[in-house]
Amino acid sequence: MTQDSKTLVKVIVFQLQDEEYTIPVDAVGSIERMMPITRVPRTAAFVKGVINLRGVVTPIIDLRERFGLEHMEETEQTRIITVTIDGMAVGLIVDAANDVLDIYEDQIEPPPEVVGTLEAEYIQGVVRMDHRLFILLNMSKVLSSDDIKQLQEIDV
Amino acid sequence: METNPYLEVFIDESKEHLQAINDHLLKLEQNPRDLAIVNEIFRSAHTLKGMAATMGYQDLASLTHQMENVLDGVRNEKILVDGNMLDVVFDSVDDLEAMVVDIAEGGSGERNVEKVVAKLHSIETGEPIKPESSVEQVPEKEIHSEKSTMEVDEFTLTVLEQSADQQLNNFEVVVSLRDDCMLKAARVYMVFEVLEQLGEVVKSEPTVEQLENEEFETSFTVLYITQADKEEIEAKINKVSEIESVTAKPFSISLYTETQKETVTQHSEVPESTPEQTQESPSAVATKAEPKKEESQKQEEAQTKQVGNKTIRINIDRLDVLMNLFEELVIDRGRLEQISNDLNHNELQETVERMSRISGDLQSIILNMRMVPIEQVFNRFPRMVRQLSRDLNKKIDLQIVGAETELDRTVIDEIGDPLVHLIRNALDHGVESPEDRVAKGKPETGKLELKAYHSGNHVFIEISDDGGGINRDKVIQKAVGNGVVTEEQAMNMNDKQVFELIMASGFSTADTISDVSGRGVGLDVVKNTIESLGGNITIDSALDQGSVFSIQLPLTLSIISVMLVEVQEEKYAVPLSSIIETAIVKKEDIMHAHNKKVIDFRGKVVPLVFLKDIFEVPETIEGDEYYSLVIVRKGDKMAGLVVDSFIGQQEVVLKSLGDYLSGVFAISGATILGDGQVALILDSNALIK
Repeated sequence: MTQDSKTLVKVIVFQLQDEEYTIPVDAVGSIERMMPITRVPRTAAFVKGVINLRGVVTPIIDLRERFGLEHMEETEQTRIITVTIDGMAVGLIVDAANDVLDIYEDQIEPPPEVVGTLEAEYIQGVVRMDHRLFILLNMSKVLSSDDIKQLQEIDV
Repeated sequence: METNPYLEVFIDESKEHLQAINDHLLKLEQNPRDLAIVNEIFRSAHTLKGMAATMGYQDLASLTHQMENVLDGVRNEKILVDGNMLDVVFDSVDDLEAMVVDIAEGGSGERNVEKVVAKLHSIETGEPIKPESSVEQVPEKEIHSEKSTMEVDEFTLTVLEQSADQQLNNFEVVVSLRDDCMLKAARVYMVFEVLEQLGEVVKSEPTVEQLENEEFETSFTVLYITQADKEEIEAKINKVSEIESVTAKPFSISLYTETQKETVTQHSEVPESTPEQTQESPSAVATKAEPKKEESQKQEEAQTKQVGNKTIRINIDRLDVLMNLFEELVIDRGRLEQISNDLNHNELQETVERMSRISGDLQSIILNMRMVPIEQVFNRFPRMVRQLSRDLNKKIDLQIVGAETELDRTVIDEIGDPLVHLIRNALDHGVESPEDRVAKGKPETGKLELKAYHSGNHVFIEISDDGGGINRDKVIQKAVGNGVVTEEQAMNMNDKQVFELIMASGFSTADTISDVSGRGVGLDVVKNTIESLGGNITIDSALDQGSVFSIQLPLTLSIISVMLVEVQEEKYAVPLSSIIETAIVKKEDIMHAHNKKVIDFRGKVVPLVFLKDIFEVPETIEGDEYYSLVIVRKGDKMAGLVVDSFIGQQEVVLKSLGDYLSGVFAISGATILGDGQVALILDSNALIK
């Protein structure tokens, strides 16, 4: 049993503009349907605001906007995935989330030089499986607050 | 650690007992002859020792033991209460505190206390009076017999006589533990707990030390003063597990004094001659059912008699969780109300209404649970002031007013250090030395008043002294010297503004830097801490008359009163604490000054802040010819926030926006409204320039 010795990672798969991304299940708190979002003024454009997630005020990021993809109206499929990274709880708006996958660490390949329009720094690696390509996100980079801070400084 | 579940309780209670010892020592200093106080100290020390020994903290237990010996000497009038003796005892309390802190931080509670122990010992033996003129010994095997005879010494007799005079009952209580009892010391401790709730243990046989070290067979006898009657005592003690039998019988002083020796022998025989025990001990298992029935009966009896406060300790985190859960309930309640209104179903509406009322009550209870009296913080100050006044050679009369004032637990936890700092400051820089005071024609003893009171949604804490006050010129000189302000700026400042300079960083007015305070890093930290708690601090001072530091704090950090307003279609909450009033003005009343829109508000020029523009709110509603204004203030400055409509006043639960969005401009947090929506809370301070 060679596979036993390899580390298995359970990931949540979600869609953003025809591409499939994954986040480790450990980091995911829950998957929610869209709910009313309260806008927080003077934050980065991709910060959509905050929601009331069962009594906890949780900031929401529009991943499309975070990655510079074009805007899409929300659909029945639109979901909010709540994740906790580096102690920060954040909700991510994605086009759809409908899969849980087991991947082995040795299946992960380093990110190719160019993957669509997405900046490579958010990408930890890619996994090819059954003719599908999954992109592993580096959540710390995605949530890195440097960008927000910069924006705030310009504003004030 | 396997003792973990008890550790927290142990630490809490140890701290309480140490505090009690501190308090009483201070009282004792005032009335060195009051033996009742000594007794109180002794009791606290004793309980502490018992707990420490049970938990296995030997150093703690042994130091307490040494201290107890000294106290015992005082109690028996062998040692005089004087400054020297109190200093040593205070020192040992300090060491005990350090040990408890160490334990709380996960340490072993070990500490080198040789010096203090030596001092305690020298006090204990320093007095030439021989320890206890014990003539007779109990005819039982006694190992250490320092003061462990059942002979009732003169002190105890006096106490017993006094209590008899006061219509209290003196009992001799014999408690036998079951043969298979595993933790005898623990049971003894529990029995003493019970006893001490009801009255006072004057004497025990074998001695308490021996009981705690389990140096006894299965039974022990105590002399006990209480208001309760025989049945109650027996019933209460019987509730402790693994107790075989309890008998309380009245203790007669006259009888004792007459037939001292007989009484002593009788004492030691009592356990064996108790009829109950002889009945049960041969076959404890067989007769188990019966005493149980009896026990439960007694329990019932005791419960009906139960009066007074019972408390339990709850971790604050659990209260937070409770609060969060409750908030969710409130949100669902809001929905339920909506639905029942829509359905227009009578019974449903009634039920929902009742539920709303109950949850309202529940809310106030949950909030109240988080409130604790500020006493917890104030408690440590008398001791600190005493020490400081000795160190500084100043005479201080400390007055504490309003210690019962309640504050949210989170605020209490934070406010201690700033207060310590302010008090140190007042003593070091404020109150003058006795000579100076006399020269100024003031009483030699300086006054320091610590006062807490509620006012509206806030708690005020004032620290006032009748010392030298703040010297305006000196402050300016220093501030200019340190580059905190320029000379021109200083010229135009009013007194308050000048006083506030001392809270700027890099400032210290004391000419010499002392141990007590004054490295110039303090007051700005104090100010920051208080502001981070949502409070503020102001200084009032008159030269040679004294200064008042006044701290204003929110009652609680988690619940605040806000005014809900609408800006276009977005809802915002403005904390009531910063609102002066609301107003509606006509557009043509707006004036322009320096390219800014201002209004004339009660004779003052108030700039307008258009929230719509600042917050880039998408415009959907056409404005009419009126502006709705919320007039807010920050110190002396004011601003009018322009909103579209007022919704009303509401108590809301303050929530943070989360780490990810910390530091958003002009937003101090968020709250969840009744309909489940999030509303942002404005930080009006950021909007006033």
